[in-house]
Amino acid sequence: MRKDYKLAKRRYVIGGFICLIVVIYIFRLFSLQVSEDKYKENADSNAFLRRVIYPARGLVYDREERLVVFNQPAYDVMIIPKDVGDFDTLSLCDVLDITKEQLMEKWAEMKNPRKNPGYSAYTPQKLISHLSQEDYGRLQEKLYLFPGFFIQTRTVRQYNYNAASNILGNIREVSAADVEADRYYRSGDYTGDLGIEKSYEKHLRGVKGFEILMKDAYGRIKGKYENGKHDIAPVSGRNIKLSIDMELQAYGEQLMQNKIGAIVAIEPATGEILALVTSPNYDPSLLVGKDRGKNYASLVKDPYKPLYDRALQGAYPPGSTFKPTQGLIFLQEGIITTATQYPCYHGYINKIRVGCHGHGSPIALKPALQTSCNAYFCWGFKNMIDKRGTKPYDQFEIWKNYLVEMGYGYKLGVDLPSESRGFIPNSDFYSKSFRGPHWSANSIISVAIGQGEVLATPLQIANLCATIANRGYFYTPHVVKSVADTVIDAKYREKHAPHIKKEYYEDIAEGMRMAVLGGTCRTAALPGIEVCGKTGTAQNPHGKDHSAFMGFAPYHDPKIAIAVYVENAGFGATFGVPIGSLMMEKYLTGGISDARKGLEERMLNSNTIISSGVKKH
Amino acid sequence: MESKNTEANISVFRSLDWITIFMYILLVSAGAVSIYAASYDFDNASIFDFAEFSGKQFLWIGLSLIIGGIILLLDSRLYEAYAYPIYGIVILILIATIFLAPDIKGSRSWLVFGPVSLQPAEFGKFATALALARLFNSYNFSLNAKISNYFRALIIIFLPICLILLQKETGSALVYFSLIFVLYREGMSGLVLFSVFCAVLYFVVAVKFAEPLILDIPVGEFSVFIFIILIYSLMLVFYCRDFIISRNVIIGFIGSALIVSVLSLCGVTINGTIYFCSILGLAMVYTLLAMLHHKIKKFLVTVSFALISVLFLFSVNYVFGNVLEPHQQTRIKVALGIEEDLRGAGYNVNQSKIAIGSGGIAGKGFLNGTQTKLKYVPEQHTDFIFCTIGEEEGFIGSTAVLAVFLSFVLRLIYIAERQRTAFGRVYAYCVVSFLIFHLCINIGMVIGLCPVIGIPLPFFSYGGSALWGFTILLFILLRIDAARKERRD
Repeated sequence: MRKDYKLAKRRYVIGGFICLIVVIYIFRLFSLQVSEDKYKENADSNAFLRRVIYPARGLVYDREERLVVFNQPAYDVMIIPKDVGDFDTLSLCDVLDITKEQLMEKWAEMKNPRKNPGYSAYTPQKLISHLSQEDYGRLQEKLYLFPGFFIQTRTVRQYNYNAASNILGNIREVSAADVEADRYYRSGDYTGDLGIEKSYEKHLRGVKGFEILMKDAYGRIKGKYENGKHDIAPVSGRNIKLSIDMELQAYGEQLMQNKIGAIVAIEPATGEILALVTSPNYDPSLLVGKDRGKNYASLVKDPYKPLYDRALQGAYPPGSTFKPTQGLIFLQEGIITTATQYPCYHGYINKIRVGCHGHGSPIALKPALQTSCNAYFCWGFKNMIDKRGTKPYDQFEIWKNYLVEMGYGYKLGVDLPSESRGFIPNSDFYSKSFRGPHWSANSIISVAIGQGEVLATPLQIANLCATIANRGYFYTPHVVKSVADTVIDAKYREKHAPHIKKEYYEDIAEGMRMAVLGGTCRTAALPGIEVCGKTGTAQNPHGKDHSAFMGFAPYHDPKIAIAVYVENAGFGATFGVPIGSLMMEKYLTGGISDARKGLEERMLNSNTIISSGVKKH
Repeated sequence: MESKNTEANISVFRSLDWITIFMYILLVSAGAVSIYAASYDFDNASIFDFAEFSGKQFLWIGLSLIIGGIILLLDSRLYEAYAYPIYGIVILILIATIFLAPDIKGSRSWLVFGPVSLQPAEFGKFATALALARLFNSYNFSLNAKISNYFRALIIIFLPICLILLQKETGSALVYFSLIFVLYREGMSGLVLFSVFCAVLYFVVAVKFAEPLILDIPVGEFSVFIFIILIYSLMLVFYCRDFIISRNVIIGFIGSALIVSVLSLCGVTINGTIYFCSILGLAMVYTLLAMLHHKIKKFLVTVSFALISVLFLFSVNYVFGNVLEPHQQTRIKVALGIEEDLRGAGYNVNQSKIAIGSGGIAGKGFLNGTQTKLKYVPEQHTDFIFCTIGEEEGFIGSTAVLAVFLSFVLRLIYIAERQRTAFGRVYAYCVVSFLIFHLCINIGMVIGLCPVIGIPLPFFSYGGSALWGFTILLFILLRIDAARKERRD
């Protein structure tokens, strides 16, 4: 090969280039390391400490501006392991009021790379969290005895009410998975767990700030770097205003004492949840401070499952509270008019038999709602599903679609982390379970009265009640009214209206009014307030029937819609109606009238938990 | 047969370039020791503990030596014969990586095999080098013979670039742009290299120094105009070699500059853009009028170079100020170190500079560096490993490392030029280009002269993929070089 000598000279250009770069870099190194004073200051192994300043977490108020959750300082003992010199272990234990074994355990935990993946001997590590105020005072005084130790101030949550723990949630230390998922977090940070603390975490947490401090060779802090020029102040979290009325919430929790179940109260005009009670519940302050882990474990183990939010997650047979939906569907589909009458000879008798209780026969829609007649809705259901010239498969799909529009069968989308979708079967479900399309209304008749396959959460039942109260529309229920004066998510300002005429809702509301005046809900009658209601007694294969109630008041211009569900408590009228009416009275009038004090007393003191069959260990 | 083989092997080891191997071993061991220092902790017992970075790095080094040995034992002609298939396979692996790699911090470039992760982009280097060398070794191939030859070379280079960009590994992709040195060595006009150099320089200077103002224009813009005038004058003197025209133009520049300075001292400020544009415009018109009789092409090149430079400057300003979104501007500014982003990359560089600066002349001594151990310098055992050397070994140590690297690169250039085939030479220059790029960017980034582009320091940074990638790159070159004296039949 002929060598091109002209091109070969280009080696000097390339070689010269790298020589030039290396010379520039050596000059740069010389200026950094030898000639510049700026870095000489650090030459005595001065080091920087980037200390995080935690923002105050947003406060939580209720709808009446009552402070519900606030912050209190908490103190963590931090150490920089490299700087920890010899110190008297016993006197440290003395100051902190712990045993030597406990201290050793904490020490080992801190160094365990699995529990503390960010461990480094050169950076601040958390040794003990949540010192009490007294321990903090003692340690602060004697801190000079323990080189490498310092105290970091954090805030923990504090609660004004022993209520609403299912709504509020709590905060916990981030897990390795949280740190992986969101780069905002560092090991040792806190994040919301359950409730609005979780669903509104990004609003509540604020933005961390930090300060850059200078340390000398002994780890002593010498002051701020460049007078704090590079520090960034933290931004406090946004305050949240709940739609919950804490007085009503606490009252509901009292009423539900020693019972298993839930109460959901909604303001129909806005979809704002006024109370969201689940029972049994727990004291929110149990999950704060150094005993959090222990308390959490015992709540998980509790056989009554206090961490399980029955108002949102409990999927129950809706029982007779389901009948208004059936009335609405049959009216809209033209199966019945308000004049249509069906026979009831102690039940629906048409090859099969569904029992009913004593009342006149034949019966029309409104009296059927008043007396909660099973036969009426079974006949309506049969006439809809087995309608001449249609297939049950198609008719049932129509039926199901109405229920989905009314908020059943899917999550409503409440602004809390865990919600169950309940269950509304579709035609395929039955074709599968009957191995073919040859099923008819009689095969599945129990869904017409809210039994059988259908399941609903108390929230969904309350939402239906709010829809009837509004005569035909609802807003997705939510527990947060506003976040630091901003408007809530557009999702909660959007009106949902099922395709059912307003006049049919009027008919159903009238039937529910009649139930209070002279039907199953007579106990719900309040002096001076027109209450509407519907009882429910849901059969339950595992034990005594569940007692349910839904109602709203006043009849015209409703201010509150409510659903009550008490497990294993018998008839709807025995527990559901009294509890629901007491809640409505409390909310609408601010107290309980003297005539009803006896009823209140009875509800507060009754105990249905024993009939649940769950044994406490 | 067997004896012949043994003979060949012996001759391979006899004709190996042991100087390069010695420097390789020196760099690799210094690297492992630095990694040990960077991740040193009280509790760490041994430098060879396999649970620690340094222990693992020794393992990678051991495996590298085995890989290197195997490469040396293979026939040198294999590399040329299989250059394209190897390139093809690596390209396929790079494509597969885009789909198979898990998302690690936004990048999809790591293939995970149980406990071991490999970054295929590191192995793209030697494959691309082989393919490029093979192309230039084609019969009667000359880069400038046909424009399509440029396309063929560029396709070989840009294919891995695109694939690595798709893996969101911008740093590793940028490395391939260094192959412009190879094209330059093989005949590409020096003007192209010079233009690229100027474009980068103008962009960085214009964007970086937006304040304060001189003659009502930013210092950056002012400096770029000065560069353009300087280059224009120098090109007239050394490239066009016309004494009279050069003299007149330079006198014009100096004279007008004096007038403007005097005026501004008296309080009359002339707008810089107007002044520079008019003086350059006058100079260009004069050059065009005066050149009429001789060496037209060179004058035209000179004038258009200046003209394009000015247009480039204006478009940089326009694009940066009007087209880019504010957050994109910030990102570029942070990358160039204009805005101090103490939370992100800027913080790291600041920490890194403090660590190096605190090393002083002689350093704090092995394992005595506190800055790098505070774990404030991120990636201290990978991309920022030079920090540890700077802090613990001081100016003397870091200069020594730079010197060894420089000798290493110069030795490789020497080896490149002694190759008898275009294959060997082009391959060697590919190795040289990759090394130059990695060195300049990595060390430049650590000492705060280059934007933070996450690429490792060859032979030093922790990690199997990078080490093996460079080892393969180097040992193939050594094998080809060892065969240069072999008789070719």
